[in-house]
Order: sequence, then C-alpha cells, then structure tokens
Amino acid sequence: MSLVSIHEVHKYYGDLHVLKGINLNIEAGEVVSIIGRSGSGKSTLLRCMNGLEKYDDGTIILDGKEVSTDEFQIRRLSESVGMVFQNFNLFPHLTVGQNIMLAPTLIRGMSKPAAKELALDMLGKVGLADKFGQYPEKLSGGQQQRVAIARSLAMQPKVLLCDEITSALDPELVGEVLKVLEQLASEGMTLILVTHEMNFARDVGDRVVFMHQGKVWETGPAKDVFAAPQTAELQQFIGAVL
Amino acid sequence: MMQFTDWDILRNLLLAARWTVLLSLIAFAGGAIVGLLLTFMRISRRSALVVMTRIYTEIFQGTPLLMQLFLAFFGLGLVGIDVSPWTAAALALTLFSSAFLSDIWRGCVESLPKGQWEASRCLGLNYLQTMRYIILPQALRVAIPPTVGFSVQIVKGTALASIIGFVELTKAGTMLNNATFQPFKVFAMVALIYFLLCYPLSRASQYLEHKLSRSSK
Amino acid sequence: MLLLYTQGLCPCGIARMNYQLNFADLLNYQDVLLSGLWMTIKLTIVSTIGGVLLGIAGAASRRHRNGFLRRAAACYVELIRNTPFIVQLFFIFFGLPAIGIKMSEIEAGVLAMVINLGAYLTEIIRAGIDATPKGQIEAARTLGLSSRQIFFRIVLPPAFARVYSSVVSQCIIVMLGSAVVSQISVPELTYAANFIQSRNFLSFESYLVAAGFYLVLAFVMRLGLNALGSRAFSREEKPA
Ligand SMILES: Nc1ncnc2c1ncn2[C@@H]1O[C@H](COP(=O)(O)OP(=O)(O)O)[C@@H](O)[C@H]1O
Ligand SMILES: [Mg+2]
Repeated sequence: MSLVSIHEVHKYYGDLHVLKGINLNIEAGEVVSIIGRSGSGKSTLLRCMNGLEKYDDGTIILDGKEVSTDEFQIRRLSESVGMVFQNFNLFPHLTVGQNIMLAPTLIRGMSKPAAKELALDMLGKVGLADKFGQYPEKLSGGQQQRVAIARSLAMQPKVLLCDEITSALDPELVGEVLKVLEQLASEGMTLILVTHEMNFARDVGDRVVFMHQGKVWETGPAKDVFAAPQTAELQQFIGAVL
Repeated sequence: MMQFTDWDILRNLLLAARWTVLLSLIAFAGGAIVGLLLTFMRISRRSALVVMTRIYTEIFQGTPLLMQLFLAFFGLGLVGIDVSPWTAAALALTLFSSAFLSDIWRGCVESLPKGQWEASRCLGLNYLQTMRYIILPQALRVAIPPTVGFSVQIVKGTALASIIGFVELTKAGTMLNNATFQPFKVFAMVALIYFLLCYPLSRASQYLEHKLSRSSK
Repeated sequence: MLLLYTQGLCPCGIARMNYQLNFADLLNYQDVLLSGLWMTIKLTIVSTIGGVLLGIAGAASRRHRNGFLRRAAACYVELIRNTPFIVQLFFIFFGLPAIGIKMSEIEAGVLAMVINLGAYLTEIIRAGIDATPKGQIEAARTLGLSSRQIFFRIVLPPAFARVYSSVVSQCIIVMLGSAVVSQISVPELTYAANFIQSRNFLSFESYLVAAGFYLVLAFVMRLGLNALGSRAFSREEKPA
C-alpha cells in the first residue's frame, strides 16, 4: 500500500468548492512537487494531509492511519508526517535547540540528554550545529527555515510536507534551503512540496502534480511533464513561470 | 427603629447615586480642563514644562487616590480654607483625572506618525498651525475611546469620597447596611447601580475603539 | 466599626493660618509606619501572584472551547471592571459572612485584591494571546502538541511577554488600591497613617509621609518587575 493515499477528497470553504475530488497515491521515498496557480488548492490539500484542515468527503490514509482533525489523531499523525511552513513558524521564545527538543521530549517522552543529542544531530544535518543556543530572531530567514526543517525531522516523520518554504526568503537565501531538501531527497526521505521553484521540481523531484481549479489536472514524471505537458492549462502555466 | 423594605433601600441608594453622578461629572469636567492644559505643556517641547508635568503625572499615578483625597481634605484645611468633603473630593478627583487624561492625550498626540509633522513643515506650517490643523484633529479622533474608557475610572473613583464623609452611593450603602443589617443585599445593590452606570460607558468606549480601528484600515 | 473609623478621620475644619508642618513627631510612630508598610508589601506580593494566576486562568477561559466557561469569564471581567474596588471589598467582607462565608480582615483584603487584579489581567493577557500568529499554533499542532501543551508552552509565554508592561502597570495600580483595605481595618500603610493622625492630629503630615512611601513603593515595584521581566524574557544566546 502507498505511504499516502488520497481518494476522492472534497473540501469546501462555505460555498467555495476548493478541492474537487482529489485522487493521489504517493510511495515511500518519492519526491513529489505540487505546482499550480495561486488559489488552485495546493496549500489546502497539503493541510488536509496532516489534519490541519478538515476535508468534507473522501479519505486520506497516511502511513496506514486515516487522517482526521481529531486532536488525538493529529498527535498520532505527528509521528508520521512533518510540515514546514512558508513563514518558518519557529517559536520565538525558545532557543533553536529548545525548538527542536520540544516535541521529542513532550510527545515521544524522550529524555532531555537524548533529545539534545538528537537536536544537535538534526542541526548538523542542516549545517547549523553552532546555533543551538541562539534565539530564532537572531538568525537569517534561510537559517530559520533550515531550523524549521530540523525541527520537523527530529520527530522522524515518514513524510515531510513543505508549503512554499522558500517563498518568504530573499533570493540569495533560497539556495541553502533547497540544498537541504536535495540532501534529504538523496537520503530517501519522502517529500511533498508545494513549490514555485520549477528548476528544483524538474531536477530533484520524481513526480510533478499540476493542480488547477481544485483538481489534479495533470501528473507525471518530472522530466516528462516539463518537456511535454499534455494539457493546455499546464502549457500555459509553464510558459508563464519559466 | 424604622423598617426598610427592599424598595426603600433601592430608593435611598438611587437618591445617593445622584451625588455619584454629579461628582463624576464635575471631576470629569475639571479633569478635562486641567488635563488639557497639562497636555499642551507636555507636548510643548519646553523642557521645564515637560519635566514639571511629568513629575505631576508620576505623583498622581504613583500614589493612591485615597491618599490624594486625604491630602486634599486636610491640606486645604491647613492653608485656611474651610473644606467640606464635597470640595475636597471634587478637587482631588479633578487633579487625579487631569493627570491620567493628560497622559492619555499626550499618548494620542505622540501616536501620530512623525511624517505628519514633517509633511506640515514642508508645507510651511508653523508649530501652532500644525497643531491646530493637522495634529489635534487627528489626535482628537484617537483620543475619544480611551477618554470615555477613563470616565469609568472616575465614576469608580468617586466611591472613595465616601471615606472622607461625602455621602454618595457607597456611603449611603454603608449607612443603609448599618441600619438594616443586610450587607449582602445592600452591597449587591450598590454594586449593581455602579455597574449600570459604568457598563454603558465601557461598552461605548469599546465600540468607539472598534469603529476607529476599522475605519483606519 | 466602620462608622467609628470614619469619624476618627474627621476633625473639624478649623482654619489654621501660617501652619508649620511638623514631621518630627512622626518619628515616634516609626514602628507603626514600618509595620504598615510591611503589611502593604505582603498584601501586594500575595495578590500579585494570585492575580497573575487568576488572570491566566481567566484568559484561558475567555478563549476556551467551552462556551459556558467563555461567558462566565466574560461576566466576571465586566462585573469587576465596572464596579469600584471598595464596593467589592465591602461585599466580600460584610456581605459574604451574611451567607455564611466568613473570613478575617486580611483574608478578605487579599481576596478582593486578587479578584480585582485577576479581572484586569484576564483582559490584558487575553489581548496578548489574541496577537499570537496563527502559524505558531499550526506548527505546534503539526508537531503533535495537545491543546493544553500549546496553550502553556507556545501561546502563553510570548503572549505574557508581549503584554508584560501592562501587567506590571496593573499590579502597581492594585498595590495603590490596597490603601482601601484600611477601611476594613487591615493594618497596612494607610491604616497606620490613620492611626497616627488620630493620635497626634498631624493628619496632613501623616498622609504625606504615607503617600511618599506609596510613591517609592510604586517606583521600586516597577523597577523590580521590569528587571525580572527583562531577565525572564531575554533573547540572549544561551550556552548549549
Ligand atoms: N481559511 C479559508 N477560508 C476561506 N477560504 C479559503 C481559506 N483558505 C483558503 N481559501 C480559499 O481556498 C482556495 C484555495 O486556497 P489555497 O489552498 O491556499 O491555494 P494555493 O495554496 O494553491 O494558492 C482559494 O480560493 C482561497 O481563497
Ligand atoms: Mg498556498
């Protein structure tokens, strides 16, 4: 069975039909880029996958667990799925180290020393081991986003969801974050990314999902999708962004 | 001994509440006049005036209103003015209110973006013209909600005048309690009347605040 | 008792021209003043701690899922903020015993102060909570934290830091308001001044000295609490 299977998912905001029957299976180790216009429902889909948003119809099964917004379910899900946000969302009153250690100690019941070792390990992965005692506000945007990735990884999730995680960064800081993602991909991490970085989607991603008007409009291997888009909408989209 | 029905208690309290209202109005009016003067001194950019008004505000915000009432009551007596609790209370509450109101209003003036001053300078307006035509009209709008909010503090402050013997709502409550021995009922009624006086003011302040923050968006 | 007390305060308003202030005599009452000061400090410490805890509980209730709790907290806040402290005090000290809840003067004074401070802090802290960016809560949920953990570990600390200076101001206001508990014979600073002037008839001097003590107390309290705050909320790098 797929690591993530999404079946006929519908989502409404009031009268607004945002997701119109999404079907998508994602295997362990895949790197999937979700692209599409603003407002096409990419964030909503991602947020439904980890229970931040409720979906109205269909099913999402992630790592064998059905996703729901029930608090208990979300806590169980947190062991399978991590998420990185556009605005980093580091906790400003906690040091970098405390940000990373928080969930492992609280949710996994890890001891402080073990959590600290884990945190240093994860910080090493993103190249920020020397920032352990620093507060987030002292870091650059790129560094903050790398810490946010390390914080998610510390929960050892099976899937990492990334919602436009380079969009809030100054252009010169984008590269350092993408490099971390590339390394994760090469280590076999399952990544689902909403992104505007088309080069990254083409070169690092395995598969591209093009969303349009709340539907999965077109999907296929990254290289093919960019080389030979099948639908007029995707052709237009690629023409506009490349 | 006279028997008090609930209605008698309420009627006496309501009669006394007139004095609470009157004292509040006087304190508010007096406080606004003195407070306005203080505000102008405070934003005058003359350091002596600024320091003086700051000390004034610190003193009134840093001591209990009750002390201010005592000092007004006994201090006026010392300088040879024959004081009634009424004058002492009016004076102390006026000074107390002026300190807080001037602080609120100064904050409103200072909350305006610096660009307003700079733009006015560039247009060739002098200090007074800038004040009159640019700063004050805007500050006034911002000042209304917190000013209405502070009026609640004044109404509640008048309750302390009971301690120097001014018979207003709270004092009437203690007197009625001594006559009826029904403290629970009497003080609940007293609280209720204060609530009915203050709550509309609080709500008005919140409403104005809300309206202001929406219109500025 | 109350009437006796207020009568003690009201010597006739005889006009005394060219009056010389006399502070020397107050030295005879040092002990009374100092023990009054100490009582005011103790009242303030206890009610500040109690008020902050109540304020946090109140703010949590104002933003709780449970609608009943939300409304109850809102009523509490409005009721307290729209009635004078002295009436709250009298209601607690004189009114509650009438329905069987008895307590000492000091207990009543502390209770009134805690309840009063708690209501204002509920609103202040709630405003701090409302300023929490939504992403903070989403990030915490994604990490698997429970609602309770999110409130106490993610939302509350920065919210409290955001509104800390208002919290300090309100605690000082309540400290100054404690002068009123002299009216139920709690032997604090104002009570001491009342006592002294009833003995030596130097009313103005006694109250002036007491007012001076309050001024210093307010100053020291702000200084101390601000120092405490800047330590607690410091964002200086911590050793690993
Ligand atoms: N909380 C919300 N309430 C109402 N409408 C929303 C909400 N979040 C998103 N939407 C709407 O849902 C649609 C899809 O949004 P989103 O998933 O954020 O798109 P994308 O991430 O692809 O830009 C948009 O029309 C957006 O306005
Ligand atoms: Mg989006």
